Amino acid sequence: MSLKQDFSRGIFAENPTFRLILGMCPTLAVSTSLVNAIGMGAATTFVLLGSNILVSLFRKLIPSNIRIPAFIVIIATFVTIVELIMQAYFPALNKSLGIFIPLIVVNCIILGRAEAFASKNPVFPSVLDALGMGIGFTGALALLGAVREILGVGTIWGYHILGTNFNPVIIMILPPGAFIALGLFLGLFNSLSKKGKA
Amino acid sequence: MVFFTKLFIIFLSAALVNNYVLNRFLGICPFIGVSKNSSAAFGMGMAVIFVMTIASMTAWVIQHYLLIPFDVMFLRTITFILVIATLVQFVEMVITKISPALQQALGIFLPLITTNCAVLGLVTINSDSNLGFIESVVNGLGAGVGFTIALLLMSAIRERLDLTDGAPECMKGVPIAFIIAGLMSLAFMGFTCLI
Repeated sequence: MSLKQDFSRGIFAENPTFRLILGMCPTLAVSTSLVNAIGMGAATTFVLLGSNILVSLFRKLIPSNIRIPAFIVIIATFVTIVELIMQAYFPALNKSLGIFIPLIVVNCIILGRAEAFASKNPVFPSVLDALGMGIGFTGALALLGAVREILGVGTIWGYHILGTNFNPVIIMILPPGAFIALGLFLGLFNSLSKKGKA
Repeated sequence: MVFFTKLFIIFLSAALVNNYVLNRFLGICPFIGVSKNSSAAFGMGMAVIFVMTIASMTAWVIQHYLLIPFDVMFLRTITFILVIATLVQFVEMVITKISPALQQALGIFLPLITTNCAVLGLVTINSDSNLGFIESVVNGLGAGVGFTIALLLMSAIRERLDLTDGAPECMKGVPIAFIIAGLMSLAFMGFTCLI
């Protein structure tokens, strides 16, 4: 297993959103616009990075039968840091992401990486793994966010790109649009990966 | 009487109008994962109602008698997740002792609930919107009932879907489940005018 693979795995082959179907709640909830999607992706990547580093550093000290609570405490610590930073420096983003910032704690991607990778590997590969997974998650969120924002409001990153005649499909930024867009994307990625193999 | 009307509105709002799964996107993992057959969906739903109600009580007490008096509200997330994890373990132990039949029915679903973001989301929403003790509990109950309704409907649809062969190969399983969830969510938007 090379270092390059540790990094690139999360972006394509094991993309947490489209391939492993993890962390669905924030994916659906915050992909209403590109800004929200990137903000959430960055916050999750930060927590993932922090928790992977700490879990990997302490991997020989944490007894295996209480490892899950220990991981959760480590993750919750970083989430609290993100919460405080968001409140202090990005109040608008903090408001639009709402309770999904504290809910990063229960994002299965983070606990999943701590358990499956960081608890078994040294620090440097764990950092690469966290960055790869974080980028994969952020990319998926951004893709979904961009599509929903363009169709639902006709803007991207707040700029109008479809002209004034465009009649926005408002349903795309409402909850049903999130489910349907994600379902279609999952189908698309399934058929793409099948074609890749054949 | 006014108080009961208020409680009823909180209940309806949590169960139908702001359905935790279809409107707030909380607890999607069990919603997609455990909705393949109705009996499992029912078991999971009951376990969630149970844990949500008890978690809202416990979280309220901890927030108002520990976190606020000691001025450590910044520890909220970390406290709540530990409370939920401990609570789930505790409930599991009590149920095993008191009612083996209930343990048989809920057993395998209880450990899964710790990572169910709907429970942490619920106690965070309760604490953000400054609900009183009884309101919190009713909100928890309503959220659990709403979760169960969504889960049961979904499992019934997916059981039927298994009998047909309509979906394209790449859409089978999870992708089509998301499309169905989208349509259900559209239907649940109709409840908006209820209150």
